[in-house]
Amino acid sequence: MDGVDHAAIVARGIVKRFEETVALDGLDLEVPRGSVLGLLGPNGSGKTTLVRVLTTLTRPDEGSAAVEGHDVVHQAAAVRRRIGLAGQFSAVDDHLTGYENLEMAGRLYHLDRQTAARRAHELLERFQLTDAASRPAKGYSGGMRRRLDLAASLVAQPSVLFLDEPTTGLDPRSRLDLWGVIRDLVRDGTTLLLTTQYLEEADQLADSIVVIDHGRVIAKGTAPELKSRVGGDVLTGTVASNADLERAREALAPLGVGEAQEDPVTNELRLPVGSMGSRALLEAVRLLDNEGIEVLDLAINRPSLDDVFLALTGHAASNAPATPQKGRRAKRRERAAAGSEAR
Amino acid sequence: MSTTALGVHHDYEPGMVERARWALADARVMTRRYLLQLIRIPTVLFFSLIQPVMFVLLFRYVFGGAIHTAGVNYAEYMLPGAIAQTASFASFGTAIGLAYDLGRGLIDRVRSMPAARFAVLAGRLSSDVVRSLAVVLVLVAVGYGVGFRFDNGAGPAILMILLSVLFGLAICTIAAFVGLALKDPEAVQSFGLVWLFPLTFVSGAFVPVATMPGWLQAIARPNPVTLVVDVMRSLAYGGPIAAHLLESLAWIVGILLVFAPLAVRAFKRAS
Repeated sequence: MDGVDHAAIVARGIVKRFEETVALDGLDLEVPRGSVLGLLGPNGSGKTTLVRVLTTLTRPDEGSAAVEGHDVVHQAAAVRRRIGLAGQFSAVDDHLTGYENLEMAGRLYHLDRQTAARRAHELLERFQLTDAASRPAKGYSGGMRRRLDLAASLVAQPSVLFLDEPTTGLDPRSRLDLWGVIRDLVRDGTTLLLTTQYLEEADQLADSIVVIDHGRVIAKGTAPELKSRVGGDVLTGTVASNADLERAREALAPLGVGEAQEDPVTNELRLPVGSMGSRALLEAVRLLDNEGIEVLDLAINRPSLDDVFLALTGHAASNAPATPQKGRRAKRRERAAAGSEAR
Repeated sequence: MSTTALGVHHDYEPGMVERARWALADARVMTRRYLLQLIRIPTVLFFSLIQPVMFVLLFRYVFGGAIHTAGVNYAEYMLPGAIAQTASFASFGTAIGLAYDLGRGLIDRVRSMPAARFAVLAGRLSSDVVRSLAVVLVLVAVGYGVGFRFDNGAGPAILMILLSVLFGLAICTIAAFVGLALKDPEAVQSFGLVWLFPLTFVSGAFVPVATMPGWLQAIARPNPVTLVVDVMRSLAYGGPIAAHLLESLAWIVGILLVFAPLAVRAFKRAS
């Protein structure tokens, strides 16, 4: 395809429709071999659908894609031998032990019995699951299940790994653990495509980032490149009471070079202020003081990817409404996941 | 050709024979998985045994006295019916299990692997056959406790058991299609009740069809459960076999021919 030998993943003009919605709308993508691509977008932006196309689970309606030079539709079997996939909801079998889950995955990747067993033990060790190896996965914590799921995607040493929102639903501690595991992984030269709604996660793990919204690529680049798109620094302030949030926003409006972002839960306000530097901070103190608004915290920061997302799309990544573009399957799984949490 | 440390030949394209060999191996791996599940969920094992045993005891002692069966005691009459019903009810497990796997992403996981695509389906059905066989054997043992006897020798007895398991497989194939098409375990369970109860009770499984109102006889007589159970009775304690055997096998083969492709198609499309 287009002679891009260095690319582990290539997608050209991928279109995928579900009934009335368009999940992927002519998406192009290229992931160089051995690199980590962070695919960033809110719920319903088409991330999961793209992963499903690239992992041969869903046929695109238009366009074509190749993984390690093999077409995902016409050479699906060859693609499957080279990839590993860990999805949003850990696909481990609750009733099988950690060891049995990995051994089964190894057998399904067509490793012989001894190799599958050896590999299962290696991975349990590497993911710190040796102590839990002979217990059914049912009793595992959320973080342990994700580690087991990730281990299962690695049994056949895939050259390209797909992780679809690997840390969604994990507590911060487990998330940090998993980030460490993923960093170790890509050190060996595995190509990784990682989807996430957490901007910080893409920033932490990815060499380059592609931002998608409504099934289209709206930006790509390294984290610093994307941040420079916001055009300068961001003033961050936290006010003492919720009632002051709107007043603070009005008071600070003259400083802004873009749209302010409010978080009514944390009473935080973020405002791009261009290249004013610390002068913006002094001005802000003066303006807020004039209005008698009590401030808990005020700072000038380099922009986060949240700011980038807002600048690119006009809406915040985390507050984006979940659109029906996600597809029925994903929603059903969300219900299943919610159900199992309730139990 | 690139070969990884694990000996997986990444650039290697297997031929037909090798693919078939792997497909069987994959199906075996999945069969083992489902059988392990069965052992690990004691409640499922318990209820898949307790319910049929309860039915045998209820029918034998509660209804048995009121039901007249010419020339044979009710325990002998009813047990083949209870066995056929049990083999059919095993299909709940098929449908719910597949719907659950689909919802949990387990099927997607396997489909992203080089494993044969039909391995999940084949493994599920194979494990259901093994489970049916185990439950049928338990029922025969319970039957012996309440007055049932094989009067016709060991060969026909074994054929009776095999026929019931084969019929159960046909019903499980329907259920596999239903489970993959409906996708929601709860909906699948409700649907199972709606078709399996009429199927097994509007038949000659527990009562002679002749005692039903005429319009119901018209439904009960061609019911595959009636036909299969008639053949099973003949195998268990004697009687004409040929006529109903052909009809029974026609039903079983027909169901498999229609629903196996439907289930495979639903499996391919399910996502």
